[in-house]
Amino acid sequence: MAFLELNNLGKSYGQGEQRLEVLKNIDLHVQEGEFIAIIGFSGSGKTTLISLIAGLLEPDEGEVVLKGEPVARPGPNRGVVFQNYSLLPWLNVYENVALAVNHLFSNWSMEKKAEHIKKYIEMVHLTPASHKRPAELSGGMRQRVAVARALAMNPEILLLDEPLSALDALTRGTLQREIEKIWSTNRKTVMLITNDVDEGLLLADRIIPLNPAPGATLGPIFPVHFKRPRDRVAMNQNPEYKKLRNEIINYLLDVGSKRNIHQDNHRWTLPDLEPIVVNSR
Amino acid sequence: MIEQTQTLHVKENNNTVGGRLLQGWDRFVTALSLPLCSLVIFLLLWSAVAARINTSLGKLPGPMQVATQAKVLWNEHLLERHKRKEFYERQAKINAEKLAADPTSERKVRKYTGKPTYLDQILTSLLTVFTGFFLASIVAVPVGVICGLSRPVMMALNPFIQIFKPVSPLAWLPIVTMVVSAVYPNNDGFLSKSFINSAITVALCSLWPTVINTALGVASIDKDYINVARVLQLKILPKIFKIIIPASLPLIFTGLRISLGVGWMVLIASEMLAQNPGLGKFVWDEFQNGSSDSLARIMVAVLTIGVIGFLLDRVMVLLQKAVDFGK
Repeated sequence: MAFLELNNLGKSYGQGEQRLEVLKNIDLHVQEGEFIAIIGFSGSGKTTLISLIAGLLEPDEGEVVLKGEPVARPGPNRGVVFQNYSLLPWLNVYENVALAVNHLFSNWSMEKKAEHIKKYIEMVHLTPASHKRPAELSGGMRQRVAVARALAMNPEILLLDEPLSALDALTRGTLQREIEKIWSTNRKTVMLITNDVDEGLLLADRIIPLNPAPGATLGPIFPVHFKRPRDRVAMNQNPEYKKLRNEIINYLLDVGSKRNIHQDNHRWTLPDLEPIVVNSR
Repeated sequence: MIEQTQTLHVKENNNTVGGRLLQGWDRFVTALSLPLCSLVIFLLLWSAVAARINTSLGKLPGPMQVATQAKVLWNEHLLERHKRKEFYERQAKINAEKLAADPTSERKVRKYTGKPTYLDQILTSLLTVFTGFFLASIVAVPVGVICGLSRPVMMALNPFIQIFKPVSPLAWLPIVTMVVSAVYPNNDGFLSKSFINSAITVALCSLWPTVINTALGVASIDKDYINVARVLQLKILPKIFKIIIPASLPLIFTGLRISLGVGWMVLIASEMLAQNPGLGKFVWDEFQNGSSDSLARIMVAVLTIGVIGFLLDRVMVLLQKAVDFGK
């Protein structure tokens, strides 16, 4: 029995005529301590997939099984880092992390809770900014707070929903390195949703593309065998890396173009009108 | 060449302390000058127009008469306070003499029965409006939160909100008076009936903006915050107090600010009818009095009502800024 199992997962939105099938026949087995990256196009149902695993949405078909128990509702054992950070703007950094810690570990002593909170804020290097509110932080700092909060919950699995999409490329590179460093000390099971193939190759053990909607299914699994810690600059010279990268990108472009052809087949009927001729002198 | 030198000269000045003070002064003067100009023009027009209108109570008062009456009201207030102080001193002296002559005699303490001065009336009005506003808020905020959380409740209550929102205080007052008289038959007790009638009418009219804005604020909070609550598995009460209410505070305070403004307007009308000894009663009494000074005194009251309303609004704006957390 795998740590996390997605069995024949399916999700649709809408009723009757407007029923849109977003995900179909999603099957995946994740072992404990694995880092999985799911790469896909925008609008292919990546957030839907993460929401199903987190329990924020209910599947229409199939089930999500974590450690043998089916997932029915959201819970702190599945820590989520949302795409929009979801930091509470009226609380500062410390209080945002404290909200989670105080609620989940209410039977701990005050000192133990404070120590726990400070440890995770230090892990993301935000101790000098502990008393700032999210409005006073940059995008990268806000994302780090979200990661600290998710980790402070001691989840069994960490779900990252395009955490670095809203950041510029330089900040993204810095945060990718930080995520790798944090993960190597914790070795939690992580599922990362991203649209950046390089990010997946840098961080993950396995990369699985998500085919485009409608009826998105998972593509073939691409195992990533490079030794950690992975240095981005060194890897760029590595022919294996380049080969794997090209394979994944070609696969994605392939399925993407197939969808486009399918869409172009839609026939539009134009109304039967004659243009008005205006006499101009 | 000369022009170049002059430009350089000006540029040099701008960064010194003197230069910056001058810039600040310039901005201050510009900000004040327009309202000041319009104020002067308004006062001139007012005196010109007022001198031409003859009412049954004499000429329409211009700014000078109004200023005179304001001073008169202030002096009346001081005089009244002085008389009250003398009364209590006299009473204390008489009681001390009686006690000295016969240690077993009873102390007679009577309350001073002077009429309320203009400042007393202002205070009564403020007390009444804050009581009504407080009553309205403790009803409106919870109702608004429940409406925002549950769409069925919102749909059930919406007709009532829409129908009672436009009702004027003058229409509520007779009903309120009847009900209060039935429930509270004798006039003894801490609060006078006129005070209760006015406060309840203010509450009835000013609770609607808060209900609507609170419901809107709660219904429109970011779904992500709710997802955070769901992942943490927060129970319903901590969810409401830790996430939903803080997230909707800006809109709640907008509602409160509008409600206070509406309440202050409603107060004057309901005081007039309920005879609560505040600014409304002052205006009504002056009108009934019909002396040659009445119109000027009523105008003093109008200006006072306006200034107090403005100050109340400013206080609410400050409170609003305090809870605004900026995204």
